[in-house]
Amino acid sequence: MLRSQAAAPAPRRRHRFQLRHLLLHGLLLAGSGLMLLPFLWMLSTSLKEPAEIFTYPPIWIPSRLAWENYVEAVRAMPFGRFYLNSLVVATGITVLQLLTASLAGFAFARLRFRGRDALFLLYLATLMIPFQVTMIPNFILVRYLRWYDTYQALILPPAFSAFSTFLMRQYLLSIPLELDEAARVDGASSWRIWGQIIMPLSGPVVATLTIFIFLNAWNDFLWPLVVTNSLEMRTLPVGLSTFQGQYNVQWHLLMAGSVIALAPVLAIYMMGQNWFVEGITLSGMGGR
Amino acid sequence: MSGKTTTLAERPALGRWRRWRPDQQWEGYLFLLPSFIGFLVFTALPILGSLALSFMRWNLLTPPEFVGLANYTQLLNQDPIFRRVAFNTAYFIVTIVPLQLVLSLLLAVALNQPLRGIQVYRLIYFMPVVATIVAAALVFQWMFNRDFGIISAFIWKVGEWTGMPVSPPDWLNSTTWARPAVVILTLWKNVGFSMVIYLAGLQAIPKELYDAAHVDGANAWHRFRYITVPMVSPTTFFLAIILMIGAFQLFSEPYVMTRGGPAQATLTIVYYIYQNAFEFGRMGKAAAIAWVLFIFIFIFTYIQTRLQRRWVHYEAGEG
Repeated sequence: MLRSQAAAPAPRRRHRFQLRHLLLHGLLLAGSGLMLLPFLWMLSTSLKEPAEIFTYPPIWIPSRLAWENYVEAVRAMPFGRFYLNSLVVATGITVLQLLTASLAGFAFARLRFRGRDALFLLYLATLMIPFQVTMIPNFILVRYLRWYDTYQALILPPAFSAFSTFLMRQYLLSIPLELDEAARVDGASSWRIWGQIIMPLSGPVVATLTIFIFLNAWNDFLWPLVVTNSLEMRTLPVGLSTFQGQYNVQWHLLMAGSVIALAPVLAIYMMGQNWFVEGITLSGMGGR
Repeated sequence: MSGKTTTLAERPALGRWRRWRPDQQWEGYLFLLPSFIGFLVFTALPILGSLALSFMRWNLLTPPEFVGLANYTQLLNQDPIFRRVAFNTAYFIVTIVPLQLVLSLLLAVALNQPLRGIQVYRLIYFMPVVATIVAAALVFQWMFNRDFGIISAFIWKVGEWTGMPVSPPDWLNSTTWARPAVVILTLWKNVGFSMVIYLAGLQAIPKELYDAAHVDGANAWHRFRYITVPMVSPTTFFLAIILMIGAFQLFSEPYVMTRGGPAQATLTIVYYIYQNAFEFGRMGKAAAIAWVLFIFIFIFTYIQTRLQRRWVHYEAGEG
């Protein structure tokens, strides 16, 4: 679709600028339409009366905006509870992962102790292993601990990540070590150096990780699906898929539920767009 | 790393007056402790546990039974479903990875131009990346509906306009079209992610290269082909590996959209792991499939790393 743009031979110089840009805008607008279409179709369907859903040709703007679909969706499924669960779980995972990763990253990057490099290598080695390998024993462990269908099960296993630790260490290596030495001479403990010198200097990596961990936790599907059972413990994505199982052809309700699940992430994204993009870029480059 | 840290070791016996403070040796362990507990309990031991489990038959109800390599040999020799699942996963890899690379590179090149409103485009193209996959898969399921879906409606319309007798496929109920439907959803969802990574790669290319080529009379295609593509090849390599691993691990998309069907046409390896463990109660077999998945990922990553010498261009290697 966009290939024609790159391949387009440059026409004569005077017209080139505007023509090329016009063409680009046309293509990018068409592409934007394609990207937005599912969101708009979702919104449109969520506001239709059942009679207007199954029509051909499809209607984009409902003859009457059926807001009651949202009320009905929330009545049919505890979306408020799902939302709360997602919030608790994603926040818990983010805080714990940041804490464990920053402490460990600090140890790996700025402290000297026996076995440090070997331990770090061990961490790195596990990065290769896909989540699905550890998922089954973790599920068995969760059952054994009687954590099945609890917040502990949703939060604690994902609260540690070798990748976050790795990213944190890489960043902390770039801060000059002289800072620590100066602080030590002044009598600061390692804890103080961590909390009052290094962490305040780690704003960019903390912001990146926060966004990343939170977004991943909020959107995660497989693990919450596996360790929850009751409606009360479902997170938004899992709750939505349960809703799908029960209201199979009620597309207006399903789409209303989807809008409820999407709205908060999209709103956060619109507000902090640059942070998201920066986060992706940074962590992408971190993997390079 | 060690070069930097020696300076710490050289610090003079820091104040005899605070000898009561724990040595860095112990501090190191203490700082590491919370993370290490998590690492041990939720990563390291489960890896070993999973390996042990893969040699067992266990449904969690009766005691586990050691069966040696049976889970593996069965999988490779006598499991027709596993063959289908491996085929489907291969299908997703060979379609999604190249398509996404090409689309996102072209998109990134377009969005790297000094255009008005470029921020708005970036915002829009990246939006699906943050969207919850379950909601995204649900709306695509509805869009692919044969009779009332917007995609079918569009295809009918095209047929009317052109006067050609085209009829849309019954996407999600067709063994041929269900897989492309999953591919379309995946591309829509993820193209913004690789676009952003490509944009970062593009911005690192020195402008002088393009200027010099321009003076030499290279046209836009030549500049794209002989400057842009080689200069972003490290990014392409990185993305190819990330996307391949992602395609190997496809689960939510077919789970929500097709429940692996029709006739297992969209059943993936991870979906098969999920089924075996949590629907059929075959923990050992599920663990064995997970290890086969790891071996696949490992081998293909290794092959890609070996192949990169042939096509990945690193500046340091230039004369």
